[in-house]
Amino acid sequence: MAVETKLPYDKQYVSQFSEKRGEPNWMKEFRLQALEQSENLPMPKPEKTRIDTWNFTEFNHEVTGAEISNLEELPEQLKVFFDLESKNENVLIQRNHTVAYASLADSLKDKGVIFTDIFTAVKEHSDLVKKYYMRDTLSVDENRLTALHAALLNGGVFIYVPKNVVIDEPLQTIFWQEDEEAALYNHVLIVADQGSEVTYVENYVSHNDEKPSVANIVTEVIALDQARVSYGAVDNFAQGTTTYVNRRGVAYRDAKIEWAIGQMNDGNTISENTTNLMGDNSHAEAKAVTVGRGNQSQNFVANITHFGKGSEGYILSHGVMKDKASSIFSGIGKIEHGASKSNAEQESRVLMLSEGARGDANPILLIDEDDVTAGHAASVGRVDPLQLFYLMSRGISKKEAERLVIHGFLAPVVNQIPIEAVRKQLTNVIERKVN
Amino acid sequence: MAASTLVIKDLHVEIEGKEILKGVNLTINTGEFHAVMGPNGTGKSTLASAIMGHPKYEITKGSVLLNGEDVLEMEVDERAQAGLFLAMQYPSEISGVTNSDFLRSSINALRGEGNEIPLMQFIKEMDAAMDYLEMDKNMAQRYLNEGFSGGEKKRNEILQLMLLKPAIGILDEIDSGLDIDALKVVSKGINKMRNDGFGCLIITHYQRLLEYITPDKVHVMMQGRVVKSGGPELAERLEAEGYEWIKEELGIEDETVGQEA
Repeated sequence: MAVETKLPYDKQYVSQFSEKRGEPNWMKEFRLQALEQSENLPMPKPEKTRIDTWNFTEFNHEVTGAEISNLEELPEQLKVFFDLESKNENVLIQRNHTVAYASLADSLKDKGVIFTDIFTAVKEHSDLVKKYYMRDTLSVDENRLTALHAALLNGGVFIYVPKNVVIDEPLQTIFWQEDEEAALYNHVLIVADQGSEVTYVENYVSHNDEKPSVANIVTEVIALDQARVSYGAVDNFAQGTTTYVNRRGVAYRDAKIEWAIGQMNDGNTISENTTNLMGDNSHAEAKAVTVGRGNQSQNFVANITHFGKGSEGYILSHGVMKDKASSIFSGIGKIEHGASKSNAEQESRVLMLSEGARGDANPILLIDEDDVTAGHAASVGRVDPLQLFYLMSRGISKKEAERLVIHGFLAPVVNQIPIEAVRKQLTNVIERKVN
Repeated sequence: MAASTLVIKDLHVEIEGKEILKGVNLTINTGEFHAVMGPNGTGKSTLASAIMGHPKYEITKGSVLLNGEDVLEMEVDERAQAGLFLAMQYPSEISGVTNSDFLRSSINALRGEGNEIPLMQFIKEMDAAMDYLEMDKNMAQRYLNEGFSGGEKKRNEILQLMLLKPAIGILDEIDSGLDIDALKVVSKGINKMRNDGFGCLIITHYQRLLEYITPDKVHVMMQGRVVKSGGPELAERLEAEGYEWIKEELGIEDETVGQEA
C-alpha cells in the first residue's frame, strides 16, 4: 500500500498560520524555508523498522482548547498528574494547541526565569529563541519530518534559566491532545545558562484509540558550562497517533544532562534521544523504558556522542514486549577523536512476555580515540523462572511475582521521575499496559 | 500454635533426566530441628529445592505431605501459603524491587486479602528483626539481593524466615560462605525461631553450624538417600571422624549421585 506523503498544508497556509500568531518575520521565513525543503527531503530511515505504511499525513493541524482557571477544574484523567496538595506553582498545561493554564512562581520570575509557551516566547524573547531554536542540537534538513516540524510547529514551551540560578521545584508541563484528530508539532526548548540547574517533567497525553493523528515532537536541551538539566518525560499517545519524537541535548564544559523517558505510546513510534557532549568533563545519562503491546511497532535510538575530553555517557534502555509488539532498540555510544579519557557505557535489555512479540537490542560503540573506556551489555529474554520461583516461594502469586519483576525492570526510569504524582501515574500506565 | 507435620515418603527426583533422589524418607514435626548432612553431591540441596517446587526438578515417585495435604500438587506459592519456607542457597537478585516492598508483599500474600499488615506494624517488626540480625537498616531500601555480599544474602534469608514465620523452614546451606561472626548471627536468628509451632530442616555439609544450633535429629545423605539417622551425638561423631566410617559401615564407595565419575 502506497501512502500519500504530500501534505495539504501549503505556503499560503503556513504564512497565515504564522501571521495569525503574530510571529516575528524570522520565524515565518524559517517555517517557509523548512516547508520548501521538506518537499525534497527523504523520510527518516530507522534501522530495521518499516515506516512506509505509517500514517504521517492524516491529521488536523489547527485546533483550540478551552482555558482552565485552576487545577481543581481539571478532569480526573489529568488531575492525576499533579500533587495538588504540594501546590507546585511551576506548571503549564497545553490543551490541544492552546495554553489552558500556566503559572510560574514569582520568586523564579524575579530571578529572570522564563517558562512560557513557544508562541509567546518567539514574540517576547525573540532574540533568545532565535539564537538556539533548531540550530545547536538538530538541523531543519535532517529529514522530511524535522523540516515539517519546523514548518508546522503548533505547540511547545520555552524555558530559560539565567546564569547560576538553581531551581529546586520541577517545572511541569502537560501536552494534552483532547481533540482526537489534532496533530501535535510540539517543540520544547530548554536553555540552561552557565551554572544553572533545572528539573523539567513533561507528559504527553491523547485519547484517540482509533482516529488517526500525528505527533511530531522535537526537544532541545542546551546546557551551557556547568549547567545541570534533569529531564523527565512520559509519552502516552493513544493507538491512533503515529509519533516521531526527537529529543536532543548538547552539554558544554562541566555540564550535565540526565534524561528519564517513559515511552508508553500505544501507536507506532520513532523515538530518538541524542546528546552531544561538546564540553570537557560533560556528562549525560539517557535512561528510557518502554512497554510495547498490541500490534505496535516502535524504533528507539539512544545516542551519546563524546567530543569533550573526560566526558561521561551512560545509556540505559529497558523494554517489555507483549502481544505482537515489535521494537528495535539501538544504543549508540560514539567517542570522537580527541575526546580522550571519556567513558561510554550502555545497557539495553528487553523482556519478552509473549511468543509473538519481537525485540532487538543493538548496542553500538563507535570509537575514534585510544585513551578511553567503554562498555555495553545487551540481552533479550523472558522473565527468569528462578526469579519467579524465589518470589513465589514466599507466598506471592505467579501473577504478582511477574508484576514485581516487570516493575523492577522498569524502575530505573520510574524512580527517577521527580514528581511523585507523575511517577505514580507512570506506574499506573505500566500496570495497565502489562496486564 | 498449631502443630504441623511434614512427611516425605520414598521421594524420587530427576533433573534433566538424571535421577538424583532415590527414595528419601523423612518426617519433620513442628518443635523439632532436623539436620541433613552429607558430603557434596549427595542430593541434599535437591531435596530442599524439590520440596519447595523448583522448576528444574521433576518428581518421579513418592510423596510429600504437609498435615496430610499433598504438597506436590500445589503451586510454589501455595506451598508457602500452606506453611513451607525455603531459605535458598543462591537467592535470586531482583532489580528494582526493594527488599522492604518484597517483604511486605510476601507477608501480605501469606496473610491474605483484607488482612494486610498495617504499615507501622510492618516497619516495627522489620526493624526489630534487622536489629536482631545486625543488619544495616539501609538494606531495607536496597533492591532485593542485588549486589548483596554472600553473608548479606544469607542474613536476608533469615530475615524473611523471621518475618514470614512458617510452620516448617528448610534451610539450604545457610552456613556456606559465612565468616564466623555472620554464622553466629544467622544461628541466633534461627534459634530465636525455636518454638512448638516451628519445625526446621537444616541442610549443611559443615558440622560447624551445629556448634551453634543443636539439632534434635541428624540424618546423613549419600547416593540420594538418607542412609543414617540419629541424635545430636551423630553430628558429634561426624565432626570427630568424618564420613568415611559410614561409607565403610554401609559398603559405599562413591557417595555422590548423578555425577559423572
